[in-house]
Amino acid sequence: MLVIDNLQVCVKMEEGKGRHILKGVSLEVPAGQVHAIMGPNGCGKSTLSYLLSGREGYEIIGGSMMFEGQDLAGMEPEDRAAAGMFLSFQYPVEIPGVPILTFVKEALNAQRRARGEDETSTPQFMKLAREAAAQLDITHEMLKRPVNVDFSGGEKKRMEIFQALMLQPKFLILDETDSGLDIDALKMVAEGVNTLRGKERGMLVITHYQRLLDYLKPDVVHVMAAGCIRETGGPELALKLEEAGYDKYAGGGA
Amino acid sequence: MPAIKETIEDVRRLEADKYKYGFTTEIEQEFGPKGLNEETIRFISGKKNEPRWMLDWRLDAYRRWTRMAEPNWAKVDYPPIDYQGLHYYAAPKNASKYKNLGEVPQELLDTYKKLGIPRKEAEVLLGLEGAGQSAAEARTEALSGQVAVDAVFDSVSVATTFKEELAKAGVIFMPISEAIHEHPELVRKYLGAVVPVTDNFFATLNSAVFSDGSFVYVPKGVRCPMELSTYFRINAAGAGQFERTLIIADEGSYVSYLEGCTAPMRDENQLHAAVVELLAFDDAEIKYSTVQNWWPGDVEGKGGVYNFVTKRANCHGRNSKVSWTQVETGSAITWKYPSCVLKGDNSRGEFYSIAVTNGRQQADTGSKMIHLGRNTKSRIISKGISAGRSDQTYRGLVSVHGKAEGARNFTQCDSLLIGDTCGAHTVPYVETRTPKAVLEHEASTSRLSEEQLFYARQRGLDEESAVALLVNGFCREVLQELPMEFAVEAQALLGVSLEGSVG
Repeated sequence: MLVIDNLQVCVKMEEGKGRHILKGVSLEVPAGQVHAIMGPNGCGKSTLSYLLSGREGYEIIGGSMMFEGQDLAGMEPEDRAAAGMFLSFQYPVEIPGVPILTFVKEALNAQRRARGEDETSTPQFMKLAREAAAQLDITHEMLKRPVNVDFSGGEKKRMEIFQALMLQPKFLILDETDSGLDIDALKMVAEGVNTLRGKERGMLVITHYQRLLDYLKPDVVHVMAAGCIRETGGPELALKLEEAGYDKYAGGGA
Repeated sequence: MPAIKETIEDVRRLEADKYKYGFTTEIEQEFGPKGLNEETIRFISGKKNEPRWMLDWRLDAYRRWTRMAEPNWAKVDYPPIDYQGLHYYAAPKNASKYKNLGEVPQELLDTYKKLGIPRKEAEVLLGLEGAGQSAAEARTEALSGQVAVDAVFDSVSVATTFKEELAKAGVIFMPISEAIHEHPELVRKYLGAVVPVTDNFFATLNSAVFSDGSFVYVPKGVRCPMELSTYFRINAAGAGQFERTLIIADEGSYVSYLEGCTAPMRDENQLHAAVVELLAFDDAEIKYSTVQNWWPGDVEGKGGVYNFVTKRANCHGRNSKVSWTQVETGSAITWKYPSCVLKGDNSRGEFYSIAVTNGRQQADTGSKMIHLGRNTKSRIISKGISAGRSDQTYRGLVSVHGKAEGARNFTQCDSLLIGDTCGAHTVPYVETRTPKAVLEHEASTSRLSEEQLFYARQRGLDEESAVALLVNGFCREVLQELPMEFAVEAQALLGVSLEGSVG
């Protein structure tokens, strides 16, 4: 489903200079699997999530990233979204004045139009919204508030998963979705994500910690350090990291 | 919001530019003499068969105008206007009356279509002679949600719909040129009562040469049964447009008035200097909404309308209320400060504004709230969005006089910058002569962030839809104040006006 091959990336900086961030990342997530990427701060995890979703400011200097046979590099962010790519942001931004339901409905319909589908009807949309909100303990009052404005960290993360439930993407990237969550919220968010698991859907879970993975149970765990995937293994790798930390990968580089 | 999509797509289909209303209607025009002198005034007055008092009023204004100087304190920059190089009167030939629809030039019908006036309404609008029949039809067709329309095409008012309907309620809604003949006692009494002849250079010019506009009188205790609406359109080249609107709400009455403005794309600048006077008596309420989309000029600043407008309300009576709501996206240069004089005790004035400038547009705009009566309240909510290489200034005055004990004002001015080549400025004047007043002022300037845009695009919105959504969010408090008819159009307009403003 997602095939990243020897991806090398620079951050664009002033005067044409660039800082090398990804130094040859290879990774393959087949449909139906959940992969976790763990690693220390600054290892390039978030860069990878931005690259996959199409944020500006990066320059691909080698390698490729293919999603269902399409080269992501040539696609606008909205085209990637319509193709089914969803990023749960580490720091969801505030959009004053735009109620969350309006935002999600506009987004859903934009995606549906791009895929040549009919727009969703309001009653149908509201039914979905009520179900998704109930699952995440989101009140109707919260849905009427502007996107992420004055939300707590935990509320913002719940809203990200709410949007995923509404948009039903083919592929989810969870960028440190566990940060800022207390244990109850973490459980609720994880349950929300788990309802999205299915054999048609792939997921990439970026995290520092084991605790989210206790609930999500990834099929594969990758360790990323200094812009490279340094080790790949099963769920047991995450447990090992929790004990030993990232020290053994430090300073290694490429 | 499918309507937005439609509008945006409509606009995209236009090859020439992104300005939806930039078409010219090929209709034979009758022009007045070029230049401004007493003969021009007499010509205009003569065209309208005006009574002597009206001509004298105009001539007096003209003589005063010749001794006035054009104001230059606004933060706008434009070459000197050649007032002698303009036509002060232009009208579609034989446009004043049509016996039946067949006589209406197709071009004019097409114009209404492009303006978005529903065909049915346009037919009623133009088939004035058969109004009885049409109005009867309309009555059986839809009892609610009706909008009465008066369309001003260059200098003359073409037609007014639902005239009979309104007459039944006792509401007078007609071109001011007709009101001068049919209700001279009202016009004579109130014309210039709110904006005096010598108020300012452009208002005085308007007083001398105005050729048409709308007149509304709502009698005591009457709630106007429908929204009143005017479409203003400049069409003729080299002609100024000077419409004059006068709305009087008598004791305990209510009226909501909508104004829409468009103009064709032209290389030269077109001058528009309108005057709007609102007068509210005891317990009366007037809601005045504007969607102004005059041709803003091209991206290099060529052409466009100079919009120099004086709009003022007198909340004359106790507990009277006037609310200005506007969405301004057009014009090359805007100079406009809709105001409320809060004379009656407990009267209220409101100003809700969204102003968008893009390309090379310049706007110096805001509001004035003059508190004279006790316990008067005013509220100013201004949302300015600057993009491209445009420059926008909010200029406002809140003035509380010595007797206005208990006066309150709340002002909020928010500016949103898109890109890094535009400007936003805020110049608020606040003064009070009584310690017993409460004045609040809040202002903010923010930039449309790359993070917000990316977030919206990641969810599936393309860049322009994302900008439109973010801007609509920024303007939400004002959009909520708009009548339904305008809200959808206004939201679409915001998106269209900002197309190409990012990236």
